Amino acid sequence: MARKRYPDVRSLEPGLLTRAFFDSLRKLDLRRQKENPVMLLVELGGILTTAVFLAGLAGRSGEPPLFTGLISLWLWLTVFFSNFAESLSEGRGRARAASLRRARQSITAKRLRTPESTKDIRVVSSADLRPGDLVVVGPGETIPGDGEVVKGAALVNEAAVTGESAPVIRESGGDRSAVTGGTTVIASEVIIRITAEPGKTFLDRMICMVEGAERRKTPNEVALQLFLISLTIAFLAVVCNLDPVSRFSAATAGTGIPLSATILTALFVCLAPTTIAALLPAIGIAGMDRLFRKNIVALSGRAIEAAGDVNVLLLDKTGTITLGARQASEMIPVDGQPREGLVEAAYLSSLGDETPEGKSIVEFASRIRKVPVALPEGARPIPFSASTRVSGIEHGGTLYLKGAADSIIRSVQAKGGTVPLDLEAKVTGIASAGGTPLVVCRDATILGVIHLKDILKSGIRERFHDLRRIGIRTVMITGDNHLTAATIAAEAGVDDFVAEAHPEEKLRLIRDYQAQGNMVAMTGDGTNDAPALAQADVAVAMNNGTQPAREAANIIDLDSDPTKLLDIVEIGKQILMTRGALTTFSIANDVSKYFAILPAALVGIYPTLSALNVMGLSTPFTAILSAVIFNALVIPLLIPLALKGVRFRPIPASTLFTYNLVIFGLGGIVTPFIGIKLIDMALSTVVHL
Amino acid sequence: MAIPDPLMDGATVLGFLLLVSISAVLFGRYLARVYSGGLSRGPFGKIEAGIYHTIGTEPDQESGWRQYAKDMLLFNGIGFGVLLVILLIQGFLPLNPMGVPGFEFHHALNIAVSFVTNTNWQVYSGETAASYLTQMAGFTVQNFLSAATGISVAIAVMRGITRRTTDRIGNFWVDLTRTVLYVLLPVAFIAALVLASQGVIQNLDPYVETSGGTAGPRLIAMGPVASQEAIKELGTNGGGFFNANAAHPFENPGHLTNLFEIFLILLIPASLPFTFGELSGRRREGIAIFAVMLALFLLAFAGLYAAEWYGNPTLARTGVSGIPMEGKEVRFGLGGTALYAVATTATSCGSVNAMHDSLTPLAGMVPLLLILLGEAVFGGAGSGFYTYLAFIVVAVFIAGLMIGRTPEYLGKKMERREITMAVVVILVPTLLVLLFTAVALLIPAGAQAMLNPGPHGLSELIYAYTSMANNNGSAFAGFDATTPFFTLTGAFVMAVGRFVPAVAMLALAGALAEKKTVPSSPGTLPTATPAFVLWMIFVIVIVGVLTFFPLLTMGPVAEHFRMIGGI
Repeated sequence: MARKRYPDVRSLEPGLLTRAFFDSLRKLDLRRQKENPVMLLVELGGILTTAVFLAGLAGRSGEPPLFTGLISLWLWLTVFFSNFAESLSEGRGRARAASLRRARQSITAKRLRTPESTKDIRVVSSADLRPGDLVVVGPGETIPGDGEVVKGAALVNEAAVTGESAPVIRESGGDRSAVTGGTTVIASEVIIRITAEPGKTFLDRMICMVEGAERRKTPNEVALQLFLISLTIAFLAVVCNLDPVSRFSAATAGTGIPLSATILTALFVCLAPTTIAALLPAIGIAGMDRLFRKNIVALSGRAIEAAGDVNVLLLDKTGTITLGARQASEMIPVDGQPREGLVEAAYLSSLGDETPEGKSIVEFASRIRKVPVALPEGARPIPFSASTRVSGIEHGGTLYLKGAADSIIRSVQAKGGTVPLDLEAKVTGIASAGGTPLVVCRDATILGVIHLKDILKSGIRERFHDLRRIGIRTVMITGDNHLTAATIAAEAGVDDFVAEAHPEEKLRLIRDYQAQGNMVAMTGDGTNDAPALAQADVAVAMNNGTQPAREAANIIDLDSDPTKLLDIVEIGKQILMTRGALTTFSIANDVSKYFAILPAALVGIYPTLSALNVMGLSTPFTAILSAVIFNALVIPLLIPLALKGVRFRPIPASTLFTYNLVIFGLGGIVTPFIGIKLIDMALSTVVHL
Repeated sequence: MAIPDPLMDGATVLGFLLLVSISAVLFGRYLARVYSGGLSRGPFGKIEAGIYHTIGTEPDQESGWRQYAKDMLLFNGIGFGVLLVILLIQGFLPLNPMGVPGFEFHHALNIAVSFVTNTNWQVYSGETAASYLTQMAGFTVQNFLSAATGISVAIAVMRGITRRTTDRIGNFWVDLTRTVLYVLLPVAFIAALVLASQGVIQNLDPYVETSGGTAGPRLIAMGPVASQEAIKELGTNGGGFFNANAAHPFENPGHLTNLFEIFLILLIPASLPFTFGELSGRRREGIAIFAVMLALFLLAFAGLYAAEWYGNPTLARTGVSGIPMEGKEVRFGLGGTALYAVATTATSCGSVNAMHDSLTPLAGMVPLLLILLGEAVFGGAGSGFYTYLAFIVVAVFIAGLMIGRTPEYLGKKMERREITMAVVVILVPTLLVLLFTAVALLIPAGAQAMLNPGPHGLSELIYAYTSMANNNGSAFAGFDATTPFFTLTGAFVMAVGRFVPAVAMLALAGALAEKKTVPSSPGTLPTATPAFVLWMIFVIVIVGVLTFFPLLTMGPVAEHFRMIGGI
């Protein structure tokens, strides 16, 4: 199938970079900066040191203007880098939103009074449509708003929303009635009942989310920011305390001068968790963007985070664990009948059968018989009917039929045929293996049994194995009988299954799991899934699902591929992991910054403290400047990590923890020692401070 | 005695800590029984029931965290009022053989707050300023009650973590009564007898006049020491009967009493992790908590011992041999001094058997650091445990993120409210220290209080506010804290440093109790593994020390480098 996705927006595209650059400058506005209190304080620090620098130029400061000037420059750069990270991540979303917005333009709609009165049309703007309004949309016209088809069926091109160019059928009644505003009808005419307020359509919500415009902070983000602000307050108290303490020390030591405002500001900025504070917004937006690149739209940021916490996955068997339909996997003759006869009869009986099962039988047989798939001349297909419950073909006066065992036996016995003795054993054999037996007969002779089997999606077993390793329970839900369900469950390696389940049972199951403290994710598409979707913590609706299902869900999969749930879990975890890793890194960095700044700042008062200058930094000024520069540079260096996310590994939590602790904790302590030393070496060759 | 034997001292300390550990496991289980009501059916159950009847509480009626906190504050408020009155009018009260007058108001206020908050920061000399009635009915009673308050809050916090979907975390009056009746009274009673048998005095006699030999006539202070000594150590109160505290031979006569007193200091704080293990049904969690505390304790001991052993090279060059003994008691030696200093500052006890002021700069930094860590290493009776839990919340918060899940501890999700409360517990004492040392340096009274110049004077000031904010009560002697500025700001710091974290922890417990418990899976971060133990140590040290790095550099560290530089 031809597949056109959104063109991948590259983060380093010149246009995006330019836009992000100017946007970052605009964000220096203090009113906008207050969204990120840590960076707001850094910016205030920058203003303070700039004032000291200007005073120095006027000869009113004891410090060399080159030093205060460079410190100010790098403090401004720190804020700029932080803004840039956010702008860059927003920019990628905005580029995508622009293409969505083209589909959302205001269009005219043909409103009806009743579904019958197709002649009584009033042309209105799509912005004036309200839920409950009926509109008629003809070929080549754009659907003016979200709704459901109440009359007719049409071929719809949904590329504007899904990026998928192959048209889909939307028809009244059933599970394929939902239509999305902005998509285009290709053929025939439908009447649609509008279900969404203008401005709150699926497309609107999608644009909001990818743009990050209406981005509300998620609970975890709020908690983390609170922690970061607390740390910042503590460090603010530290430098405020350092002023009188250094005054006192200088006075009693009789040498040296108290720490200047520039040095105190530099120390504060280095200690404050600027790395994580700068990258925090970008991490969330970029996570959303990664989902979108997989054609998944999260309608709330909360849902993605919840996905990281999910410990129970409810999965429909069909479509998620197995391929859509059962397929022929074996043909077993009975009563010593030749296998060729059975294969031919099975082939002929299925030629007129358009169901996936029928097609799979034809395919299976033609692989053995190597004949082209074509209906023989003069053949008369006998379609499946509810009364006979068999289907087949009449060809050359002979009747080839296939169907459930009891139906075929009845049909054969009516014609005076006998039932082979080994039939029952073979039929139950297949059934007890979880398969579906189809008996084939030619006129009054039973030839054998076709084994129809559920085929697992490739790679699904491995994914379940990975999920188990990270502590997620998978529960399969199927309408099949217990035996069939158990076989598939064992084959796929799910932890649990519910057989003969009604859709309503999902709701009960989710509530049970939640009552035990679990976070539950599920996918759904049908209207009867809607209550369960509304209850689940992470509810993924297929884009080809019904409108109620899509409204109850908090994540929409545009590809309608239920296995995507696993990707969502992964990205949810990645977002949290990236935050945790950068927080640890940021705090661990402080150790080396103390070792860079404190000896440099205090050596005037207590010369013996130069013993703490373990990095051997050249002069006090370059030492402090190097720490500030490292602190600033680490932000753009980590932007790629923030945008891509820390790599997710399907390993148990304890191993993952140790792993990340070594990389970001230990690495966070060691890296800046090296970085600051290198910057100092470079700096001391360039400037003389 | 002036030449210590590190091998011998090391072996003694390890053996001693083994004994503490075994006792803690057993005593921890006993505590779990006490608070599950296991002893209320025993012989003392009648007394317990009688007490509930008198104060009119229904023992089965538990309350939410707000009520629990209100009861706790009310009870401590009354205790404060009573003690304040006793201190002001002790001159008119009986049991005052030496006829000491009442305290000045700002002193009385400071002392009352200090005993109610389990700090026992003493701005007075016991033997010259307090009557026997004040010592017994005032100080000893508060020693029991402030310790019981801390333990009760810790037990309520444990309930909050282990319960699910309820808003009840216990009945303060029940926890308090059980603590006093089944824990503090019996142990203190036995301990007092043991101490008395080893030479600690216990009488109500007037002070004894001696000829004093060549030094001239001397007045030897007397008093009911053993009974107060026992609870002062057991309840991690630390307020000495005498000014010299446990360095005084009537409080701590010899090696054996020294070890016994250290044992009493550590007993309850070391047992509570095991109590938690029992009450939560996860013994491994209790062991992990104990392991972190023990590891930090051993590190501190080794550091202090090594720094003292290293001594002062400038003095060594002048031909003085042996370790510095000024301010230490020869009868305890370096081992007994170091162990006491670490135990009393790791917990929030604050009684001392040597002058911490006299330790070499880096050795003196160890007690300071231990107090700065905010009581997370064993800590005060009860308060240590709940402070440690605040560190756990922060540690699992970051660690949980690193594995990609909303952080959780024992199945409880750590969200905004929990983080807020944990940060309050950790940050409030820190901010108090930073704020008030700065203020003290900005006004003339601050510098005047320091009896030593330069970095050592700064260490004294930092130590004073750190000790008060974390309810330790020990002091870097050589600091005059009796002026109104210090008594009043000190009272404020002690009260805020005690009750704000306690109430925040109760709020945290209330929030946790309401939550569901997430079943654990391979995706859950295990918190009883060596990796997590290391992580906890890292978090406690980093979060505890990071904010004090500059202060420590300009105090003890600068002093150290000046010392080796020979300045």
